[in-house]
Amino acid sequence: MKTVCLSVAFILLLGFSVLPRKNNGQLQIQFQHFLDAQILQLDSAVYQNALGQAYSISKFKYYVGHFRLKNTSGKTYQHSGYFLIDEEEANSKIISLNNIPLGEYSEINFTLGVDSIHNCSGAQSSALDPLHGMFWSWSSGYIFLKLEGKSPACNTPSNFFEYHIGGYKAESNCLRHITLPFKSPLTISADKKPTLNIYTAVDEVLKNPTAIDFAKLPTVTDHQNATTVADNYADIFSIGSKVYEK
Amino acid sequence: MKSSRLVFIVAVLLAVLAVALSFSTAPNAISKKEVALRLPKNFPKPFYDFKSNPITPEGFTLGRALFYDPILSQDSTISCASCHQPFAAFAHIDHKLSHGIDNRIGTRNVPALQNLIWKDDFMWDGGVNHLEVQPINPITSKDEMNESLKNVLTKLHRSQHYKAYFKSAFKDSTITTQRLFKALAQFTGLMVSANSKYDQYLRKEVQLTEMEQKGLLLFNQKCNSCHTAPLFTNNAFANNGLPPDTALNDLGRGKITGKKEDDFLFKIPSLRNVEVTYPYMHDGRFSKLSQVLNHYSHTSGSANNEPLKNIGTLSDDEKVELTAFLKTLTDKTFLTDKRFVIIQSPSGMR
Repeated sequence: MKTVCLSVAFILLLGFSVLPRKNNGQLQIQFQHFLDAQILQLDSAVYQNALGQAYSISKFKYYVGHFRLKNTSGKTYQHSGYFLIDEEEANSKIISLNNIPLGEYSEINFTLGVDSIHNCSGAQSSALDPLHGMFWSWSSGYIFLKLEGKSPACNTPSNFFEYHIGGYKAESNCLRHITLPFKSPLTISADKKPTLNIYTAVDEVLKNPTAIDFAKLPTVTDHQNATTVADNYADIFSIGSKVYEK
Repeated sequence: MKSSRLVFIVAVLLAVLAVALSFSTAPNAISKKEVALRLPKNFPKPFYDFKSNPITPEGFTLGRALFYDPILSQDSTISCASCHQPFAAFAHIDHKLSHGIDNRIGTRNVPALQNLIWKDDFMWDGGVNHLEVQPINPITSKDEMNESLKNVLTKLHRSQHYKAYFKSAFKDSTITTQRLFKALAQFTGLMVSANSKYDQYLRKEVQLTEMEQKGLLLFNQKCNSCHTAPLFTNNAFANNGLPPDTALNDLGRGKITGKKEDDFLFKIPSLRNVEVTYPYMHDGRFSKLSQVLNHYSHTSGSANNEPLKNIGTLSDDEKVELTAFLKTLTDKTFLTDKRFVIIQSPSGMR
């Protein structure tokens, strides 16, 4: 009996090894958070905004989703899911896209935020589980990006600032489409598992095009001014290095 | 002697049985037929689609158990049913503003729960956009249950009863917020009120009295543009002329949209079962229907919106007739529906 089992296993193993090569590959994306070109440090590090106000960051998390990769011949790979990237959860900053057709890719697209359908379709799961504290109960909808911290410039209890940015309705839509072209093509192959580093410049959320004044606008937690911050976070991402692992 | 011993033994056995029954957490068994959704013929197409959440006896039973279980609140003292009483069409009789844990008082009157699948949004300000995410509000609101979703899951995980409930409803015992909310939606979504005297009159099963008939005519002239039949709401928001309560300073719809013109607008409630859902208005300021009618009668002269102006001053006779008609909207079948009631929650708390 034992030998029969072993030989079956052997034949199966042999079978798999001579199967045709896979047509699909995987891409790992690692989000790295920077502030003023330094690696983001929660709580301890003190930064200065565009207006010279000192501040520290205690929380930084956001939704990304609808990933697309455009290959060099114009065809597009799509992934419909969402990921919640959280500075406090190291694992959350590395995401995997599977079943990508092999080839050379020239551009990546994704959204910062959650599309309107997923904001209006009731109880969601996984990354969109309201358990993650990224869902407004009193005014249904996802918080797309949370940035919290402290600044002596804030005239608030414990000098906190709080930017909870979201909104899916036309007049206050905070969803932003991100397009990042690669300088050199990204290769998806069957045997190598590439990691794409995407850099997130946290300071940009507070800076460009509108410099946020902690004294005047210490909190944004509804539609008021949300799109101002959303316009700022539209260009916080840039392509870092690509690493091909064997 | 012998017979008295027999009586004693029987009494003991009965007592044991009674105790066993009272400890039993088995839900009142409910059949597939009982949880079948029957859409009233004269109602529009519902907003909520059970296709993505098919009602099953097990799912409904789980939703019902959760609805009656104070385990959802921080200190396990308040359940959904604490404020949503079945005999009051799931409103809270005689409580102006919602009551929460630690005797906390909320800012709004508990609305009735009925015909929810025909609502496009929820809460007096319409801030909630889907039936399934509605429970997040009372659970996490500090003036109501003041509990985190994470703790709710932790507590449910600890309960052997709920593991079994979730398993029977969803084929495995994994407890997630999505399953929690879908089960609750199966329970609350089935709360359909469509068998009032008015409904029976429409179906030509009964006749209205002369006074009710007159009331219906008046209603159609003066009230129906906002409280539109057959749901007795047009699902819109309105300022019905109430002076804002300065202690609450509730902006209503304006808080959600951020638009000045939406300040002090509130969701127009259904008038079904209005007889038993007192007190009235978003802040529960009126305890009697007569006060409500007086308000509309007095306000209409100075009103700057058409529907209010259109009401005009109501005569005493008209008020009596309107009241008679409003009482035909009381649906005893719904108010006494045993499917929506349980005696004890699975966690053993009440």
